[in-house]
Amino acid sequence: MKREIPLLITSIAGIVFAVSFFIPHWPFGDAENIFGDWMSVVSAFAIWLGMFNLAEVSLRKVIRKSEGWNYALIVIGSMLLMLVIGFSSVYHAINTDTPHMDPGTGLKWMYDYVFSPLSATMFAMLAFFVASASYRAFRARSLEATLLLVTAFFVMVGRVPLLDPILVWAGITDFAFFSAVADWIMTYPNAAGQRAIMIGIALGITSSSLRIILGIERSHIGGDA
Amino acid sequence: MPDASPIGIFIAGLLTLGIFSFLYKDNPVYKVCEAIFIGVSAAYWAVEYFYSALYRKFWLGVFPPAGSGVEADLLLWGGAILGALMLCRMIPKINWLSRWPLAFIVGATAGLYMMLFFVSNAMKQIESTMQPLIQDSLLETLGSFTIAIGTITGLIYFFFSKEHKGIFGGAAKVGIWVLMVTFGASFGYTVMSRMSLLIGRMDFLFNSWATNFGQMF
Repeated sequence: MKREIPLLITSIAGIVFAVSFFIPHWPFGDAENIFGDWMSVVSAFAIWLGMFNLAEVSLRKVIRKSEGWNYALIVIGSMLLMLVIGFSSVYHAINTDTPHMDPGTGLKWMYDYVFSPLSATMFAMLAFFVASASYRAFRARSLEATLLLVTAFFVMVGRVPLLDPILVWAGITDFAFFSAVADWIMTYPNAAGQRAIMIGIALGITSSSLRIILGIERSHIGGDA
Repeated sequence: MPDASPIGIFIAGLLTLGIFSFLYKDNPVYKVCEAIFIGVSAAYWAVEYFYSALYRKFWLGVFPPAGSGVEADLLLWGGAILGALMLCRMIPKINWLSRWPLAFIVGATAGLYMMLFFVSNAMKQIESTMQPLIQDSLLETLGSFTIAIGTITGLIYFFFSKEHKGIFGGAAKVGIWVLMVTFGASFGYTVMSRMSLLIGRMDFLFNSWATNFGQMF
């Protein structure tokens, strides 16, 4: 029962979504709509499970006073603060029938001044890490590495209005040369490579999905693959 | 930020600087900001999903407001029961029950993605590749040849069931070159998008935050 029922659920859910592509009306079309709604609800529970797990791990750290317990305390504190503010905004939205992220609500304030700056800065930091990684990796040791280096150079230079105006000003070209090269690279060779990768991914996903639906791949229920 | 709040901008600036302090080295200020980010983002998504999925989709679906003329969708209870089973993961004795909702998510995603990816990533891409090679201009003709040869050789590189030797090996070699150009283009594009985020944060620090700082103190 611990194995058979999950396998049956996997197969039924997979078959419904796959077959509804060909038969988008009763019974598969309706079943797909119902299962789609279920997925949203189950995803919400999964997010909550993740948050509970984070809270449990952090709380255990604080109680045992293990390394970094003070930061775990901040994690719990900021989580509780956001939950209190968030639920007060949701409560207000439900009672007044307004969107929960309206300007002026606590949730919107926290999103604008805490969540959004932190998230944007975290991703902005990647610019520095990418730069330092490229310094180490981008050495024209082989033809392949040189191709990567030259393409990245043209795409980066073609996306900023820096060298093109200089070329035009110096009379070397009468059009945006780097921008045109970057556009050509993005439209043709990049599209060709992306297509090869995408077709490969699609074939891989199709075969993996078939294995899952047919019960050959069982790692997601804790069984052998 | 439409409803500019001086305290909000001040806090946002401090948090931005706190995260950037990692560029010097790992330090307690960065760790505090990181911990705040982890806690706040976990709770933000929990609240967001509670409102959009649990309240709007499930609760209003099962208990529609009186007079709205909408019938209760009792089938939504199935999703709620599966979701509740997922929380069983936290109770060791019955944590095996959490495999049921997981099996549902994996199965549904497999069925959905199998068709979506096969249609959009395989069929549509093959269809777009099968275009006339001779175009109006020399550059476009060169581009069409590049796409046709690049896609085929790229696929040959990914075909590992045959040893990459002879003509097949030569085609695979060309495939690697095309893929390296693609990776270079993707890298350049990613760097520029991260740079744009960085410029956004710098603009915030030197304009909004600095101006606000001057007004506050």
